[in-house]
Amino acid sequence: MRVLVCVKRVPAPGARINITPDGQAVDTAFLGFAMSPHEECAVEAAVQLVEQHGGEATVLTLGPAEADEQLRYAASLGVDKAVLLPIVGPDWDPQRTARAIGDAITAIEAVDGAFDVILFGNESADSGGFQVGIRVARALARPVVNGIKGIEIHGASLRAGREADAGMEVYDLPMPVVLGVKEGINLPRYPTLKGRLASKKVAVAQVPPTGEQGGQRMVTLWQPAEQASATVILGNGPEAAAAVVDLLEELGVLK
Amino acid sequence: MNVLVIVEHDRGTLSPATLEAVAAARQIGSVHAATMGTAADALVEQLAAHGVSVVHQVHHDLLGDYGPEAWGEAAAQLISSLSPDAVVATGTDRGNEVLAHIGAILDAPMVANCTEIEAADGPWRLVRTRWGGSLLERCELTATIKLLTVAHHAVEASEAPASARTVGFSPVLDPSLARSIVVDRVERAAGVTLATAPVVIGGGRGVGSPEGFAPLEELAGLLGGVVGCSRAVTNNGWRNHTDQVGQTGTRIAPDIYFACGISGAIQHWVGAMASKKILAINTDSEANMVTRADYAVIGDLHKVVPAIVAEVRRRRP
Ligand SMILES: Cc1cc2nc3c(=O)[nH]c(=O)nc-3n(C[C@H](O)[C@H](O)[C@H](O)COP(=O)(O)OP(=O)(O)OC[C@H]3O[C@@H](n4cnc5c(N)ncnc54)[C@H](O)[C@@H]3O)c2cc1C
Ligand SMILES: Nc1ncnc2c1ncn2[C@@H]1O[C@H](COP(=O)(O)O)[C@@H](O)[C@H]1O
Repeated sequence: MRVLVCVKRVPAPGARINITPDGQAVDTAFLGFAMSPHEECAVEAAVQLVEQHGGEATVLTLGPAEADEQLRYAASLGVDKAVLLPIVGPDWDPQRTARAIGDAITAIEAVDGAFDVILFGNESADSGGFQVGIRVARALARPVVNGIKGIEIHGASLRAGREADAGMEVYDLPMPVVLGVKEGINLPRYPTLKGRLASKKVAVAQVPPTGEQGGQRMVTLWQPAEQASATVILGNGPEAAAAVVDLLEELGVLK
Repeated sequence: MNVLVIVEHDRGTLSPATLEAVAAARQIGSVHAATMGTAADALVEQLAAHGVSVVHQVHHDLLGDYGPEAWGEAAAQLISSLSPDAVVATGTDRGNEVLAHIGAILDAPMVANCTEIEAADGPWRLVRTRWGGSLLERCELTATIKLLTVAHHAVEASEAPASARTVGFSPVLDPSLARSIVVDRVERAAGVTLATAPVVIGGGRGVGSPEGFAPLEELAGLLGGVVGCSRAVTNNGWRNHTDQVGQTGTRIAPDIYFACGISGAIQHWVGAMASKKILAINTDSEANMVTRADYAVIGDLHKVVPAIVAEVRRRRP
């Protein structure tokens, strides 16, 4: 089984997301970087599929040269191959990103054969466009369902579970297939020391990205206004319990 | 301007987010709506009551249940025949998904989760949410047909009674699209859910272990609430992801949220901020959860929570 997983490098902010003075980007001066938790779960799902069914897993990202870090992180968890579509400057818009990823997949498949399963996150952590995976799937003329929280392989088809208000919806999809994965589908493993060492040796293939600009253009970013709150300290330690329960009575929570 | 709203429904039950999308569409121009499948034919009156003037009833054997590819393809064909100025869908899993399909089929840009829409002759100016709502972005949308979804809860649904005309539409759908239609459903067990619970007792890394949640469970039981948690907890395997509050978990809106041993990272905060009141219990008086909360107790949750449980039991034996 050949599995591809697409991830995006994003800043990992703490208590608030600070913006650069020109309003064009998240201020990353003091931040680490990560991928969306949905994508971490997609990486785990890719590794598990290969563990269960054999074959190999590949991770792909379109981003700055530093996104090498996210590719090697995936490799440290057991992904076999890594592909970087290097870009310089600000993020590409979703249409352009999807065109570049779709073209790169076509080029890779022409040499190495088709991917049976291509995994995306349900949405990217930062821009949350909810579309790159679907656009890529449509360009490749493959079935795609987002929001996937369960994957089972049955011969040439794949059974996928998706969360809905009323419970779980089930889809039976033929392979090759594209899925948007949601956090909760699995519990991602942590890298082992051996995995970390091995990931240093993985060759990252570079594919120059192509793709015309799309119709969505970011103008500026800002933080939503926050309600200033003066926290009422009800007390210190267990002695505060009486004040807490007074509050619950006052709010009508304790009936 | 003419706007087409893609109606979100589940086998004929209208999603409340649809009426928000209709309200947003009314601000742009005259509103048509598209309903997928015969099960949704009965929605005409509800849509008319919210100001929809024409309902396009899209009928095909493949539209019996939800299927993102079939819905997207059917809608794209309707859009090509109507050429509206804009297509608006709900900023929900289904709404964003169907509109992304439409965007892919029409090779048009699609802007997810808008909170403000400024229609214009040239590019439209939109405000949309990023980072699950922690950040706002102004963007420009240049396209012949503008595709956008409305962030859930950003616009209030409002009635604007009108009379609606119905028009049938029969798309041509390839039988292969049956591949991504719901084939089975596993209903969720009934009971209070995290999203709707009146009280949520949240635990974070400070709880320390799966067993550490016992007093939180007890307090939740006494108050008719449920237990929630942070990602640090689910990542450690202490609790199921269904309990996670936040950007990639559940958004909660209880009367009161107890945040015990949770630092208040922005991705957790966006899931909790709709709570009417927040009470933080933390050893660190500088923790963000404490400074952003309405109320706080400074101290070890392992001592504070059992003391609250005991006090509740004393007053309500
Ligand atoms: C893209 C992205 C999406 C994310 N989505 C989510 C999400 O949906 N939900 C989510 O929760 N996180 C999410 N996160 C993770 C988030 O950034 C934080 O890492 C996480 O919320 C931290 O969990 P925590 O507060 O439990 O742990 P910590 O940050 O480690 O905080 C522990 C807190 O417990 C306090 N404490 C310790 N011991 C005690 C004690 N005995 N008594 C009282 N207090 C004590 C400490 O003072 C501290 O404040 C996401 C991250 C990313 C990058
Ligand atoms: N720059 C990128 N490189 C690789 N994958 C990406 C990139 N941007 C988005 N994706 C993938 O597409 C999914 C949906 O992204 P989005 O449409 O931005 O919400 C993400 O979860 C990723 O799996």
